[in-house]
Amino acid sequence: MKQSLEAKLKEFDVEGYTHGVRKRDRLFEIAGLIATLFVLTFLFAVSVDLLIDGWIRLKEPSFYTSFPSRFPDQAGILSAWVGTLYVMAGALFWAIVLGIPAGIYLEEYGGKGKIARIIEVNISNLAAVPSIVYGLLALGVFVYRFKFGESVLTAGLTLGLLMLPVVVVSTRESIRRIPRSIREAAYALGATRWETLVHHILPYSLGGILTGLIIGASRAIGETAPLITVGALTFIAFLPPAPWEDFIGMLKSPFTVLPIQMFNWVSRPQEEFHYNAAAAGFVLLVLAFLMNSIAFYIRFKVRRKYQW
Amino acid sequence: MVNPAKMLEERKTVQSAGPSKVKLEVKNFNFYYGSFHALKNINFPIHEKKVTAIIGPSGCGKTTLLRAFNRMHDLYPGARYEGEIIMHPDGINLVDPKTDPLRVRMRIGMVFQKPNPFPKSIYENVAYGLKIRGIKNKKLLDEAVEKALRGAALWEEVKDRLQTNAYALSGGQQQRLCIARAIAVEPEVLLFDEPTSALDPISTAKIEDLIVELKQRVTIVIVTHNMQQAARISDYTAFMYLGELVEFGPTEKIFTKPEKKLTEDYITGRFG
Repeated sequence: MKQSLEAKLKEFDVEGYTHGVRKRDRLFEIAGLIATLFVLTFLFAVSVDLLIDGWIRLKEPSFYTSFPSRFPDQAGILSAWVGTLYVMAGALFWAIVLGIPAGIYLEEYGGKGKIARIIEVNISNLAAVPSIVYGLLALGVFVYRFKFGESVLTAGLTLGLLMLPVVVVSTRESIRRIPRSIREAAYALGATRWETLVHHILPYSLGGILTGLIIGASRAIGETAPLITVGALTFIAFLPPAPWEDFIGMLKSPFTVLPIQMFNWVSRPQEEFHYNAAAAGFVLLVLAFLMNSIAFYIRFKVRRKYQW
Repeated sequence: MVNPAKMLEERKTVQSAGPSKVKLEVKNFNFYYGSFHALKNINFPIHEKKVTAIIGPSGCGKTTLLRAFNRMHDLYPGARYEGEIIMHPDGINLVDPKTDPLRVRMRIGMVFQKPNPFPKSIYENVAYGLKIRGIKNKKLLDEAVEKALRGAALWEEVKDRLQTNAYALSGGQQQRLCIARAIAVEPEVLLFDEPTSALDPISTAKIEDLIVELKQRVTIVIVTHNMQQAARISDYTAFMYLGELVEFGPTEKIFTKPEKKLTEDYITGRFG
């Protein structure tokens, strides 16, 4: 039996239909809210749990100024947090000096042909490579081939490499978002490619580039596996020399970082060490949170200045 | 049916006839996008300190021709120029591969179809062209910015907020800012690519007045799909169709006694 379109439209139950659609909208809204709350609760629970477990250590100033020890109540995270700072500074340095120019080159100078597309896909794929693979690569290249040793330099390079794909991709995407008309405006005034890049494209895309950098850094700061592979120490009772006194010595110094210190403490049988691990975990969370806040602040500033 | 003579009645200035110097000379000019032959053997002069309008239906190549004058096509791969566009008095060929596009763009400014200010302050927008020409003296820049904004009839509206972001301006003001930005570096030729197609009638009228005003100082080439606009403000008109120049002449002549049937059909609105 075939009905005409008119007849079907006439029979159409507007009342019932809108009611049903509205109900579906409402249902999705509730489901979304539940999912959001679940995520937030989980994050909140983890942070609070770490805080409670670690509180007896976190409240001791000596926890931050002591080296590791076999006595849980004397063990501190001094070498770990200082190591994390040095290694992250190195990682950020490499990610900035390699990742941002690579992103700029691929987007602005590189061709748009088939090879460019293959490179693009593969850089995105790199972001999904397990971090321990980066560790193995770094062990082979930086430790054995270049003889950088099991050092701050090697660790910074390794984590910098780990951050690269995210930085390259986000640099490209934020450059691509700048309308063609803005570039043409600069070129039409007689600007060179370099001037257009430095005066316009980079400042306008800085927000997106920084976001990529921070996302990469947030991933890197918690990494354990690749650093164990390149030979991070779990017990280290001295600090690398201060960079302003002996820069090379600092780069060559052995190191540990917070997640490795945590891992070491968690794997011990004594329960007291587990409190130390929780405390170190909380410090790591705070560091990551701080980093994100700085990025958020810079992005806010940039966006205020260059609003579209 | 449109009466072309009527359009001319709204002319914004009465033009004293008589020959003037030639600023640009398009000679046997061809342009290709890859294998597509977009502009075919174009020949016509552009007179100094006059307004030359390029009209024609969509896709006829008028914008392509305009963007050849300041070598905008060089930004994208696959563009190829053939023939000559000679710039007087020095007689350089603008489209010669040996001519640096920067040199061309330093002397020929452009205003685009959609207002495209930089997301910076009004002041920085106007001063930008001067800054890349190495002018850093604050006082010189201040003076030049004021002069350019006055020249673009925008000064009175923005003089108290030069440091606000250009995006806070209305569309018409943004377009006048773009004109100020272009004239601040005192180009010899100014190209307009349908500068009013994104604007309301009042802003359009302001921009048209401005263009007529500007021709005292600079040679103007304007692409427009609005025949009334061409009639109102141009001294010479070039009519293009399918990548070819059909007819070129003084605007009065093109609108009243066109030589070609095709021109007449377009002008009177039979197609387009």
